[in-house]
Amino acid sequence: MRYLPKSQAERLEMLAALGLSSPEELFASIPTSLRQGKAIAIPPGQSEYEIRDYFEERARESSRGYPCFLGAGAYHHFRPVVVDAIATRGEFLTAYTPYQAEISQGILTSIFEFQTMVAQLTGMDVANASMYDGSTAVPEAGMMAARITRRERLLVARTVHPEYRQVLDTYYRHQDLPAETVASDPRTGRIDLGDLESRLSGHVAAVIIQSPNFFGIVEETREVADLVHRHGALLVVVVSEAASLGLLAPPEEADIVAGELQSFAHPPSYGGPYVGILATKTRHIRQIPGRLVGQTVDSRGRRAYCLTLATREQHIRRARATSNICTNQALVALMATVYMTLLGKRGLRELAEQNLAKAHYLAEAIRATGADLPFSGPFFNEFVAVPRGRPASDVNQLALDSRIIGGLELGRFYPELEGALLVCATETASRQAMDTYAACFGEAANE
Amino acid sequence: MSRVRRHQTQTEPLIFERSSPGKVGYQLPGLDVPAVDPKAALGPGNVRDEIAGFPEVSEVEVIRHFTRLSTWNYAIDLGLYPLGSCTMKYNPRLNEAVARIEGIVDAHPYQPESLAQGLLEIQRTLESYLAEITGMDAVTLQPAAGAHGELTGLLLVRAYLESRGDSRRVVLTPDSAHGTNPATAAIAGYDVVEIKSNDRGMIDLAALEAAVNDSVAALMVTNPNTVGIFESDIAQVAEILHRRGAQLYMDGANMNALVGIARPGEFGVDVMHLNLHKTFSTPHGGGGPGAGPVAVMDHLEPFLPVPRIHDTRNGLRYDWNRPQSIGRVRAFYGNFGVLVRALAYILAHGGDGLRNATVDAVLNANYVRKGLEGHYDLPYDAPSMHECIFSDARQARRGVKTGDIAKRLIDYGFHPYTVSFPLIVRGALMIEPTETESKRELDEFVAAMQAIAEEVKTDPGLVRGAPVTTRTSKVNETLAARKPVVIWTGGQ
Repeated sequence: MRYLPKSQAERLEMLAALGLSSPEELFASIPTSLRQGKAIAIPPGQSEYEIRDYFEERARESSRGYPCFLGAGAYHHFRPVVVDAIATRGEFLTAYTPYQAEISQGILTSIFEFQTMVAQLTGMDVANASMYDGSTAVPEAGMMAARITRRERLLVARTVHPEYRQVLDTYYRHQDLPAETVASDPRTGRIDLGDLESRLSGHVAAVIIQSPNFFGIVEETREVADLVHRHGALLVVVVSEAASLGLLAPPEEADIVAGELQSFAHPPSYGGPYVGILATKTRHIRQIPGRLVGQTVDSRGRRAYCLTLATREQHIRRARATSNICTNQALVALMATVYMTLLGKRGLRELAEQNLAKAHYLAEAIRATGADLPFSGPFFNEFVAVPRGRPASDVNQLALDSRIIGGLELGRFYPELEGALLVCATETASRQAMDTYAACFGEAANE
Repeated sequence: MSRVRRHQTQTEPLIFERSSPGKVGYQLPGLDVPAVDPKAALGPGNVRDEIAGFPEVSEVEVIRHFTRLSTWNYAIDLGLYPLGSCTMKYNPRLNEAVARIEGIVDAHPYQPESLAQGLLEIQRTLESYLAEITGMDAVTLQPAAGAHGELTGLLLVRAYLESRGDSRRVVLTPDSAHGTNPATAAIAGYDVVEIKSNDRGMIDLAALEAAVNDSVAALMVTNPNTVGIFESDIAQVAEILHRRGAQLYMDGANMNALVGIARPGEFGVDVMHLNLHKTFSTPHGGGGPGAGPVAVMDHLEPFLPVPRIHDTRNGLRYDWNRPQSIGRVRAFYGNFGVLVRALAYILAHGGDGLRNATVDAVLNANYVRKGLEGHYDLPYDAPSMHECIFSDARQARRGVKTGDIAKRLIDYGFHPYTVSFPLIVRGALMIEPTETESKRELDEFVAAMQAIAEEVKTDPGLVRGAPVTTRTSKVNETLAARKPVVIWTGGQ
C-alpha cells in the first residue's frame, strides 16, 4: 500500500525484535470474544486514478457550471489562486495545533495576523484564533455573555440566520437555558424595536442580532445597542457575509461580534469547512472561548508568539472551561488571512462596492418585472423578492431550465414569506446571468 | 544529531509592517453594471471610511511573507510527529485534489437536491462505511470536530433518556480522560463525576459499580484509553452501566488502534464519535478543520441531528421530519470538504487495507516502546496498542522534566511527543508514531530519545536549555499570559 512505508521483510524484522511471530499477537490484550470476526465489508483499495474518477462522477451529478443566486450564509466569491498555493504548503497543511511554539512560529504568526485583521474588520479590540463556523460561534457568544453578565436569558432576532438559531436552540435547550425570539418588522425587514423593548429586562444576558440580517438588510445596530445597554445586557452582532464589512460601518457598539469568514476563505463546498470568528472588547478577553495567540519574547529577547490564556481552555480547566472547543478551523483561517492580505484595504472596499452594485442591478431588474421587494431597509448583496403571478418555485424551475440556480425559497424558514425568494448577487454574478434570471421572473409574471 | 543541520530561514516582519499605502495584491474584473453610491444605498451613517490598519501589499510580497512563515513550522511532511492521542499520520495529497473538484468545492448547501445527488451519495457512502468500521447502526456527519461530536453524543443520550421520562444529571469520566470529555459534559448541562483508574491504568470495575446509580446518564470512556491500553473489561463496563439504565459513550480519538480489529458496536458502546482528522488522515492544518462524526446504536437513531438522508422514488433526499431529533448542531451538513477527504482515504485503503494500517500502527508503537524501555520509566506494563506512555521519573531525579526532554527532541529534528498527559501519569511522555512511519524513521527517533536520556545523565543543563538549534529559542509563555497582547497595534 502506497501510504505504508514498510516492506514485508521490515515488518517481520520488527516483529522479531518484539519477540513476536505474527501480527495477531500485537492484539493479545483484546479478549478474543471482542475481536472482529470478519473483515471490514468495504471494497479493496483503489488507485488514485479510480478514486479521482469516482469523485469526478459524483461532481457530474451536481451543479457544475451553473450560475447561482443563492447566498443565505454561504457565498460565491472570486478566489485568488495564491490562497490555495499557500494553504497547500505542507508546512501549513500538515502541522498540528501550535503547542510547541519554537517550531510553530509560522502558524502562530499567521494566527496573530488573523486575530488582528478580524479585530480591524469588526471594530473590536480582540479576536480569537477561530470557531468552527458562524452557526456555532453564536451559541458560544451567548454562553460567553451569560458568564459575563451572570444572567441567563437570550433574546435572538428572528432575522438571524434560521440555521444559526436552530443550532443555538440545540445548545441552549439542552442546558435548560431560556432563549426567546424577537419579531421582525414586516415593513423594514429589520428587528422590531418595540418587541425588543418589551422583552428586555434585568434577566437578559444578551441580545443577538445579525447585520446584514438573513434578509440581506442592514440593521440599525446603534439604536439596538442603546436599548440593550440601558438594560445592562450585552449586544452580540452576527456577521454571516464578511464581504459586507468592506463597506459597512464596523459594529463597534457591540460587545461581542460572532460570525463567519467563509466569504474570504473558502468556496461554498456544500456547507463546510468554513471559519467562525469571535471578537470582543479587551475587558472580556478572559471569557473568550477557544484558542488565542499572544505576543511574547523568546529567551534571547526576540519577538515571538505562542498560544496564551490557556487556563480558560478544556485541556487545563476541564469541566470549568469557557468552552469544550479544541480543534478549530486554523487552515481555513489561514486562507482568510491570505485573502484579506491580498485584497487589503482597497480590495475589500472595491469587492464590497461591486457586490452592492450587482445586487442592486439585479434587484431593479427583478422589480421591473412587477415583482414585489417587500422590505424597505437598505440591503448589501442579498434581498427578498416576491414574484408576481406564479409561485417562487416556478420561477426557480424556469431558471433551472436555463441552467441557473435561483434564490432561496423563504417559506421553508418563514411561513409568512411563502412565495418569497432570498436572492444574492456577488461580484461573481455576470450581467448576462442576472438578466436571464430576472427574465424568469418576467416570464412567470406574463403567463 | 546527523539528522538535522542548521539552514538559513528568512526573517520576516508582520504583514502590517510590510504595508505601504497604494500597493495592491489583487485585480477584480471591471464592473459590468452601473456603480452604486454606497452612502445613497446604505445610508451615510452605515458606511465606513476605511478599514483602519488593514495591510496594503503586492502579490509577490504576500507569497514571500507566507512562504517565509511556513519555513518556521514543523510538519508531518517533514518528519515523524509522535504526538500521543493526536494521530498525526501522512495526509495523502490525492485527498486535497478530490476535495477541490469543480462540482464539489463550489456546490452551494441550498442548491436543489436534484442537483446534489452526487454530494448526498458521498455522505451516504461515508456514513455506511463508518457504520461498518465501528459496528454501529447509524452515523451523523454534522459535528465539526471531536469535541463537537462529544457534545452531539451527550445530547443524544440526554434526549433518549428524557424520552423515557428519565432525567439524569451526572456524567462519569475516568481521571485519565481527555479534557474535552468533562468540558463537554458541563456544556451539555451535566454534573461531572471523575472515577479513579486502577493500578493498571484502567477503569476500576468496583469503583465504577459504586459510582453508577440512578442519576448517572453515561460514562465517557476512551478505548484504547489514554495510556494506550485496551480496556479489556469494556464488556463488563457496558453491562454495569446498562443494568442501571446508563449509556456507554466512547471517545473514538484512539480508533486508529481498532479499525479492522474490533468494533465498538460489538462490545456494548451505545454512542461514539470519530475524529476524521486523526484516524482518517484529513490534514490537521495547524489546528483544524476537523470533523467529528457520531455513530450510534439503533435506540439513539431517532434523536440524530436533522437532516438525515433517505431514499425516495426521486433519488436521495434530506429528511427533516424527525420529531425526536435533538435539532441541529451546525449549519448545513458539517465540514463537507473534510468528509470528502476521509472517504478518499477509505477508498484508497479498502477494508483489508484499513486493517493492515492498524496493524502497522500498533507494531510501530510497540517497536518504539521496546527501544525506549530501559531508558525511560514505564508506568504501566500492560501491552500497548497504538501509543506508549513513559514517565520522566528517572530524569526528574536529575532535575529534567518531560517538557525539557520534549524541547531537546526538537534539536534532534523531531516534533515532541505529547507532554504531561494523561494526568494520571506524573511527568508523562505520550508517544504515538502512527502507521505511516518507516522503520528507519522510528530507529532515528529511538536513537534520539536514547541519546537525550544519556545527556540527562551527563549534561542536564543542556537538556533544560533546549531547544538550541531553532530560529526561535525557548518562548516565554508566562509573559504572554501575564500581559496579553493578542493583536498588532503598531510599533513594537
